[in-house]
Amino acid sequence: MKRRVVITGLGAVTPLGVGADALFERWAAGECGILDGAGACTDFEPSELLSVKEARRLDRFSQLALVAAGEAVADAGWDEELPFDPMRIGCVVSTGIGGIQTIELQHDVLRDRGPTRMSPLGIPAQMPNAAAAAVSMKYGLKGQMFSVVSACSSGAHAIGSALRMIQWGDADAVVVGGAEATLTPFGFGSFNSMQALSPTGISRPFDARRDGFVMGEGAGVLVFEEASAAAERGATVLGEVAGYGSTSDAYHLTAPEPSGVAATRAIELAMSDAGVGPGEIDYINAHGTSTPLNDAAETAAIKMALGEERAYKIPVSSLKSATGHLLGAAGAAEAVATVKTLLTRVIPPTLGYEVPDPDCDLDYVPGEARPLVLSNGRPPVALSNSFAFGGHNVALIFRGPSS
Amino acid sequence: MATITAEQVEARVVETLASFGPEADQITRESTFEELDIDSLDLVELAQVVEDDYSVVLKGEDMKELKTVGDAIDLIVSRAE
Repeated sequence: MKRRVVITGLGAVTPLGVGADALFERWAAGECGILDGAGACTDFEPSELLSVKEARRLDRFSQLALVAAGEAVADAGWDEELPFDPMRIGCVVSTGIGGIQTIELQHDVLRDRGPTRMSPLGIPAQMPNAAAAAVSMKYGLKGQMFSVVSACSSGAHAIGSALRMIQWGDADAVVVGGAEATLTPFGFGSFNSMQALSPTGISRPFDARRDGFVMGEGAGVLVFEEASAAAERGATVLGEVAGYGSTSDAYHLTAPEPSGVAATRAIELAMSDAGVGPGEIDYINAHGTSTPLNDAAETAAIKMALGEERAYKIPVSSLKSATGHLLGAAGAAEAVATVKTLLTRVIPPTLGYEVPDPDCDLDYVPGEARPLVLSNGRPPVALSNSFAFGGHNVALIFRGPSS
Repeated sequence: MATITAEQVEARVVETLASFGPEADQITRESTFEELDIDSLDLVELAQVVEDDYSVVLKGEDMKELKTVGDAIDLIVSRAE
């Protein structure tokens, strides 16, 4: 028998500001954190939020993760004392790229001053598991701890891994999220050479004029607890993570498989895991990158998985219209935003969406936020998609509180 | 090369260690690295600064014996002479 998993804490650092509320409230208000073609966390000041030792030992992606984790852990009421045996608390923090700023800096040192002048922190700061390690060390989490790496679906894979860990009894709670900080010369140069980035610097998912993604940085972290253990300690439950499905395209290094058959299957698996049908999905938080291929393939997958008739009735919006693409943090930041959507019953819009594309014909919530309306008294349910270079497909199902 | 004084080395060591995390006014000759939360990775970075500034090469086996800030200053001064 699978155990149920509830969400008791949220944290985020994004181009919309430091904090999960800044992320959700500013997005819902139609504000955009993208400036000059990049979604930078300009409000994030490491020296104000971290100790000297933390700031200098951690690459920026881990710094972002540690601050988001601090917010989530405090939100769950864990900051004084852990509510469970530390050996039963896991920690999964993903990244798509890892500490690329450290690699670039230390490569300069290697080239200019030789190998003996490289920092001993070079490898431990850049390793993709460094953020998970930093969070586990700071809060004394002694259960399973690792990173998950699958490019832009890393954050969603982390959440799926954490869900399974609790569902099947390997942990009673998990601090889970994703972090990314790739606004570097290597990051821009490489994505630009792929022609993946928007030349106009505008993130407008599903719009006919979309021309690529806008790179962003940030972190999202959530606290998951086994439902009965959370109830027993009187925790405030923000929502439930109810389903996870994951497949791969086995098709191309960067392009999504155009029929969307494997992405469709991921959505079906997530709905099956959650025990919900298409008629119960009230909102879709799209991957919606603003690239021509992704947004069309995602639209096709949503229609196949839910049936066209149902798909046309469900509001779909993309956080990337307000933050750019947080890569390995995207799935985690979008999970934070989705939980907030179900909690507040406010659906934030897809910013900048104006010109319809025949290949993208769903309701993308243009203009402004709208209320999430339920046809009966049941708790609201949302689907959140993540897809990635390499052909990774991940779908997550979240359920909001009942009132 | 100009003579290196113990005072100069102490000032440089304290400044460097302070950049790793502890407050400068907490760092005395008697402070242990353990109480300052200075670990082996920090000591490698300290050794790199010392080599740049004083051309004194400190190896891993040298660093292992160091318990206090004073131990490090004395070793650097003795090697520089």
